[in-house]
Amino acid sequence: MVEFWNSYLLPTVIILAQILAIVVPMLIAMAYLTLYERKVMGAMQLRKGPNVVGLFGMLQPFADGAKLFFKETIIPTGANKFLFLLAPMITFFLALIAWAVIPFDDGWVLADINVGILYLFAISSLGVYGIIISGWASNSRYPFLGALRSAAQMVSYEVSIGFVIITVLLCVGSLNLSEIVRAQSGDLGILNWYFIPLFPMFIIFFVSILAETNRHPFDLPESEAELVAGYQTEYSSMAFALFFLGEYMNMILMCALCTILFLGGWLPPVDIAPFNWIPGVIWFGIKVAALLFVFIWVRATLPRYRYDQLMRLGWKVFLPISLFWVVVTAGFLVAFDMVPA
Amino acid sequence: MGLIDKQARSLLLGEIVQGMAKTFSYMFKNKATVNYPYEKGPLSPRFRGEHALRRYSNGEERCIACKLCEAACPALAITIDAEPREDGSRRTTRYDIDMTKCIYCGFCQEACPVDAIVEGPNFEFATETREELFYDKDKLLANGDRWEQEIAQNLNADTPYR
Amino acid sequence: MIVATLAFYLFAILTVASAFMVIASKNPVHSVLFLILAFFNSAALFLLLGAEFIAMILVVVYVGAVAVLFLFVVMMLDINFSELRQGFLNYLPIGALVGFILLVEILLVVGGWHLDPDALTVVTAPTSELSNMTNTEQIGNLLYTKYVYLFQAAGMVLLVAMIGAIVLTHRQRPGVKKQVIADQVYRRPEEAMAVRKVEPGQGV
Repeated sequence: MVEFWNSYLLPTVIILAQILAIVVPMLIAMAYLTLYERKVMGAMQLRKGPNVVGLFGMLQPFADGAKLFFKETIIPTGANKFLFLLAPMITFFLALIAWAVIPFDDGWVLADINVGILYLFAISSLGVYGIIISGWASNSRYPFLGALRSAAQMVSYEVSIGFVIITVLLCVGSLNLSEIVRAQSGDLGILNWYFIPLFPMFIIFFVSILAETNRHPFDLPESEAELVAGYQTEYSSMAFALFFLGEYMNMILMCALCTILFLGGWLPPVDIAPFNWIPGVIWFGIKVAALLFVFIWVRATLPRYRYDQLMRLGWKVFLPISLFWVVVTAGFLVAFDMVPA
Repeated sequence: MGLIDKQARSLLLGEIVQGMAKTFSYMFKNKATVNYPYEKGPLSPRFRGEHALRRYSNGEERCIACKLCEAACPALAITIDAEPREDGSRRTTRYDIDMTKCIYCGFCQEACPVDAIVEGPNFEFATETREELFYDKDKLLANGDRWEQEIAQNLNADTPYR
Repeated sequence: MIVATLAFYLFAILTVASAFMVIASKNPVHSVLFLILAFFNSAALFLLLGAEFIAMILVVVYVGAVAVLFLFVVMMLDINFSELRQGFLNYLPIGALVGFILLVEILLVVGGWHLDPDALTVVTAPTSELSNMTNTEQIGNLLYTKYVYLFQAAGMVLLVAMIGAIVLTHRQRPGVKKQVIADQVYRRPEEAMAVRKVEPGQGV
């Protein structure tokens, strides 16, 4: 019995506690991301944003959550009920399970697996299923069109994301996310981070994750001017809330990935006294928040792409450039004998 | 040369950077927000809001049941029934406005020869049920009593242009 | 160890069951979704074997890209599938024959499989050199040294298939206006517009 406790139950309890320790702060972070977005968008449009519920509107996300929670879940008559309800759950759970491999600080990671980056890539490529299943199961035109657009869009931009990840991997020599961050540490601090030597890749990656998370200016799957709300049209109440949560969690996740790949993860920008007192997880949070600010900033600035322009950008611009850069990086590393062991 | 120049310009995302700089600069400007329930924007004297039936200062209702407003109403929102009162004067027995039909065009107040029906400055009359928006004569007269001061001021301010 | 065994049986049973449902379910969209479930479970089986790279690649390539396109196509189809299934029993003999031939082939392969007597010791006792390498590196080493020509050949085959698909579907249509985005970006306000002082009543 004692052995059973030690070898199975105790690790299970510890893992569950760790999962909670990640998921709960993530959900709160996501709730405040919605507020952050509304505040920043408001500021850029000369508005104040939410400021009534709680101090500076700090309780607004919870008010919204409570509102959605008490709404009625409506399932369209012609919908495939099982798949209709499965789709938001898929989106939400995929957004959550990806956090298992994200290193928040040196050693602060739930599962330090060897193929962390591949795991993240796999999870993000699955994100399309939630959308495509919801579009089909709703049995309605607009969601279906949204789902088709989304499927094509996410598959297209995954290709260039894959190539960008390969260039980073060439420089690091490991698929482990903690190793990727450690490879960016050094005496030069911020100058060691990969966004400087791989700057074009950084931009391409950033634009591609905008497309991957269906954010502006690539939000064609839910473009409200044409498709009402795209794949979310038929959803209400908690089913809609799960989509919403999943989408925003995905945004944070992709920004975290970008931070790890290009912005040195938990590393401080300068490794001297006042900066390295701050714990790594705070630096990680600051960098993710800065990237999220750019997400919102882009949304407040750019108009939506037309569908053919979106495809052109993905296949005719990003794919050749990233492919070319893979070759250049590999050639450079080999020529100057800098290939990591 | 031209080709390289062109490609370089689109690669460097100059336009996007310009646009982003513009939106960023707006972040620190003064906010235009009006904290609505606590602050309100200015209203023109000609503002056309909730309807009201006015009375003379002696308490007699102005409306003489001429039905010009009913005829002028393009949305057919006004219904009027009229009968002579005991003292022989012509008055309405029924004056209904269906506020769900009303388009707030102001033709009724233009048509009124005695300034009885007017559209007042009140725009906060949302209700919880649809039935509450079917205004009858009592409701309209009550509105008139409640908003008389503002309505009179507005009419006064607008007289020179009529 | 018992947990690993239980997990193996769970994933194995789920794989076979969902593979069966792929052919048994009435709705083709459900079939594709079961196919995805089967892919997932086989990825889990790879994980249990310690082949995490292959497991992830299976998910990325098959679930993340190939099955999406399957789903894409199947959703777009508008066919009455109950009608399609009416002649199901007519084709049973041919189907059974194909199945039987496949079974015989598999039996022949399995029957002729000669297990090296040393293999078991190799499997149970990994050499020290291999054990401190991740299996991503091992696959890389093998793929780019021993099998490099086959790898390149497979790449060429895929390239030819891709070019073929483009050649078959691409057609030049004359007289189509195309947007040249570089030109649009390159245009300056000075060349695009002129400010004129227009006198009243004169026109431009």
